[in-house]
Amino acid sequence: MLGMTQEKINMLKIQNLSVSYRGRQVLRDVSFDVKHGEVLALIGPNGAGKSTIIRAASGVVPSTGHVRTNGDDFHALDPIQRARYMAVVPQAISLPPAFTVWETVLMGRTPYLGFLGNASFFDEELARQSLSKVNALALSDRRVGELSGGEAQRVLLARALCQSTPILLLDEPTAHLDLQYQISLLELIRELAHTENLAVLIALHDLNLAARYADRVALLVGGHLTSIGFPREVLTAEAISHAYCLPVHVVEHPFMDSPLVLPQ
Amino acid sequence: MKPKPYLSSFLFLLIAAILSLAIGSVFISPVELWKILRGLGDETFTFIIWQIRLPRTVLVALTGAALSGSGAAYQGLFRNPLADPFLIGVASGAGLGAVIAMSIQWPYSFWGLMAIPMSAFIAALITVFIVYFLARVGQTIPTTNLILAGVAFSSFATSLTSFLMLRSTSEVRRALGWLLGGASQAGWTAILAVLPYIIIGLGILLINGHRFNLLQFGDDQAQQLGLNVTRTKTILLIAASLATAAAVAFSGIIGFIGLVVPHVIRIWFGGDYRRLVPLSIIGGASALLVSDVVARIVLAPQEIPVGIITSLVGAPFFLWVLRTAKNQGYW
Repeated sequence: MLGMTQEKINMLKIQNLSVSYRGRQVLRDVSFDVKHGEVLALIGPNGAGKSTIIRAASGVVPSTGHVRTNGDDFHALDPIQRARYMAVVPQAISLPPAFTVWETVLMGRTPYLGFLGNASFFDEELARQSLSKVNALALSDRRVGELSGGEAQRVLLARALCQSTPILLLDEPTAHLDLQYQISLLELIRELAHTENLAVLIALHDLNLAARYADRVALLVGGHLTSIGFPREVLTAEAISHAYCLPVHVVEHPFMDSPLVLPQ
Repeated sequence: MKPKPYLSSFLFLLIAAILSLAIGSVFISPVELWKILRGLGDETFTFIIWQIRLPRTVLVALTGAALSGSGAAYQGLFRNPLADPFLIGVASGAGLGAVIAMSIQWPYSFWGLMAIPMSAFIAALITVFIVYFLARVGQTIPTTNLILAGVAFSSFATSLTSFLMLRSTSEVRRALGWLLGGASQAGWTAILAVLPYIIIGLGILLINGHRFNLLQFGDDQAQQLGLNVTRTKTILLIAASLATAAAVAFSGIIGFIGLVVPHVIRIWFGGDYRRLVPLSIIGGASALLVSDVVARIVLAPQEIPVGIITSLVGAPFFLWVLRTAKNQGYW
């Protein structure tokens, strides 16, 4: 596999991760692992700390504790080294209109470029491959500011793939998408995790999408990790009712092999 | 209708430079200019070109290049289309720094001359950091905050500058004309003093086009893509302030060039900073040369400060950008 030079790395290990914001602790002693080839979904009510974990792990908010891979603690790495281990897919809102899809995806090569930032043939080849993996090669010459939400989100996923990292973090990528785009994006992410052996950590607010597409889910409430495991183990009526302060039923999905959460 | 960006902007610069050399108290035709350049021209004209017009043309071009290049840089760093060295107060801050240096020792010597841009640079840096922290709300810098902080600091610096000039000797008071923007007393020494600052400042901006591009996606994404955001922003702010300070130290406060030129380039040739920075530099040099020519001829034989011309064109442009930027939410 082109660019995948870190086969030895086994997983993303988060240990005792804590984040304080303006004197308030928004994340407390969160610990979990993400294995390669697995999609782990972070779920929980708004403000539970889903996005905070993504932001802390990628180093854009200060945190304590450890974020490790292959023994390296990310807190000790500079942004270039960190960007070679993990790529982040943000929500596709307010993208600058100046750049084409092609230029945007090539920016994924930033951690490997020289001082003047010139992309090589190899970098361009990777950008092309990444775009075709997300079925967006045809969008190459469009400007990112003019894309629909679904297209923009796929382009940002391609940029993250172009970063050639063993770990992929996604911050509520389906938040502003129509239903058909939510489904196709998550299908794609799961497929990539399995075929490219990526460790994928994804913050999702839709419990049923998490149940359907994640290999494991982690439930966060008020900055604490309350449970982690297979969707069926975590998404129980009792746990979800308690977390969201709303009585819910959990039933078997009529067509899928996954639980289905129904508010009462 | 997309002309070749570099070819057309260099052509524009060439025409502007020829106009700047030809037009003045005596008209020197391009044919005569060509003779002078080959050393075959009339003796008086040769003197006028080499000792008066050419140094002025070069200084005006350097000033326009510096202001426009740093304007493009401030816009990229603040992610705000209205960031201009004049509007965010950096120019006034640099002016204050320059006047402080002048009131300590009016520059008779070359080294005295070199101290002026240095002092202007330090004052510009202090200004940019003050305005940045005053205007910042969380991770963003709202336009209104940026302009208000810039204007407030600008008034403060201008008052101090006026005070310093009024309590000083008549020598320094002469600087009043300079402060309004006008490179009329320029000589080759001034160019020599300003050149290193502008080369370093603009050089740093030029080689960082791809980093400016990353910053357009916001600090978080830039860092997640592997950019050391704090270090990069600091270096680029220093470089832009260096270029601004050097321009202000010898040409006074000239507003709006740093706003208008990068904006027009953005509309014509797009917002990719690998192209935007060099084109703004060339375009800024050309635009200020043309403004300077206009300043020389509107009230001929009297000259008006070039800052008046740039503000006459730039202020309405500013209002237009303010409206459209508000409608788009983000440019």
